[in-house]
Amino acid sequence: MLEVKNLSFTVPGTDTGIINDVSFTLQDGKFLVLTGPNGGGKSTLARLIMGIERPTAGSIVFNGEDITDLSLTERAKKGIGYAFQQPPRFKGLTVRRLLSLASGRDLPENECCAYLTKVGLCSKDYLNRAVDASLSGGEVKRIEIATIMARQLQLAIYDEPEAGIDLWSFSMLVQSFRSIASQKNESVIIISHQERIMKLADEIIVIADGKIRTQGPRDRILPALGREFDVACDMRGK
Amino acid sequence: MLNITDKTLLDTISGFSLKPENAAFNVRKNGQGLDRRSTEHVQIVSKTDKPGIDINVLPGTKKETVFIPVIITETGVADTVYNDFYIGEDADVTVIAGCGIHNSGCEEARHDGVHRFFIGKNARVKYIEKHYGEGDGTGGRVMNPVTEVFLGENAVCEMETAQIGGIDSTLRETNAFLEAGAKFNVTERLMTHGDQTAKSNMRVELNGKNASSQIVSRSVAKDRSEQVFNPVAVGNAAGRAHVQCDSIIMDKAKIRSIPEIAANDADAEIIHEAAIGRINNDQLLKLMTFGMSEEEAEAVIIEGFLK
Repeated sequence: MLEVKNLSFTVPGTDTGIINDVSFTLQDGKFLVLTGPNGGGKSTLARLIMGIERPTAGSIVFNGEDITDLSLTERAKKGIGYAFQQPPRFKGLTVRRLLSLASGRDLPENECCAYLTKVGLCSKDYLNRAVDASLSGGEVKRIEIATIMARQLQLAIYDEPEAGIDLWSFSMLVQSFRSIASQKNESVIIISHQERIMKLADEIIVIADGKIRTQGPRDRILPALGREFDVACDMRGK
Repeated sequence: MLNITDKTLLDTISGFSLKPENAAFNVRKNGQGLDRRSTEHVQIVSKTDKPGIDINVLPGTKKETVFIPVIITETGVADTVYNDFYIGEDADVTVIAGCGIHNSGCEEARHDGVHRFFIGKNARVKYIEKHYGEGDGTGGRVMNPVTEVFLGENAVCEMETAQIGGIDSTLRETNAFLEAGAKFNVTERLMTHGDQTAKSNMRVELNGKNASSQIVSRSVAKDRSEQVFNPVAVGNAAGRAHVQCDSIIMDKAKIRSIPEIAANDADAEIIHEAAIGRINNDQLLKLMTFGMSEEEAEAVIIEGFLK
């Protein structure tokens, strides 16, 4: 179980508050979608949970243990993983090596291929290619998602997995997330703006201006969000 | 006779123990020829006017490998050797060279290898050269390799050089001259640490129509080490050359890259790209989200970069 308690984050050396007193609980095996306007603090919240950023106040409790002061590496070892919104590229590091590093062992070819297939990549073509500038943004993004699937996690965090991915691959991705959601082996937090992903959620949290604006079960939040978007469109129309 | 240190050094620089049974080879130790074998198609003979050997590869020789490793295990040895490779037309060979220095003493141990390749029409050469130093002595380990490659029409040379550690000072000179349709691709990998210095001068001349060359340099400078790169690509005829220098800089190291590209023909396309920078922070963070420490992540990134 993940408990985020009164979490705040201010950009170091400034008064700029990005996250302001955010609290929520995620039960084991649940699928949570974080959504909300750009710049609202979703990615920062995810990075705080992963340990990439350190909160200025509040705490994070994971499986009953306060992990607020644990490093990124220590949290990773406790089974938390994070798929970057804009994944870095690595000169010379092959797709196969990256997947092996993610899983913590030398992955056989068929297992690598299985992970790549889940993100809509034709695996044979990719295994020995370097994760460098020769790959497109969408390809790097899908490999990034595959690295998270290759890890044995208790909590997987995906930061806008749909960004830069074509519609065909996106369908494949939704299927993979649906399968993850139904297995309920790991808890999942996905930052997303896609209705098809929100429909997989057990819970949805809307974050705006660094605060939780609404949170609750999908069946309650999703219709309300739909009405909100309709109003916004109407207002623009006028 | 080879002792354990010799065998380990030979293996590190050339994978010598894995050499095919019928391969030609010449092993040089502390300035003396130690062992040699010629084959039907590859003849190795000593030079009469200076230290070194001539390696004659007969025209049409296919898929043979030649090993010419050099090791220095005594302190105070300064060895200069001249090796000339004459590669016959249509031949296809792999040459594995390399120099290993084990210096446990307080004097300098130095190897300056001067290699010249005369590659006949349509011949292909893969040239692999690895430099490595070890030993706990205070004496310097120095290597100053000179490589000159003359490529005939449509000849191809793929050159891979690696100096991954332990060499205190190196000055590398590489020159290639290409006739029509020839291709010269070189990949240079270099890592320096401590107070080491490395300088690499390279000059590639496209002298015949449609010759091409790709120069890739990857380097990592750690601690207080210093590296200087000076790649020069000259297009004297229609053709393409692409120079790419990429360096990771760490600690208090210094790296300079001084490229020169020149075109003396309107159809010559000469391109240079260079970048020097720290390890990208997101790369470190990404690998740390796999449970690695920062140091482990750094090692993986460098290993991949120099691979």
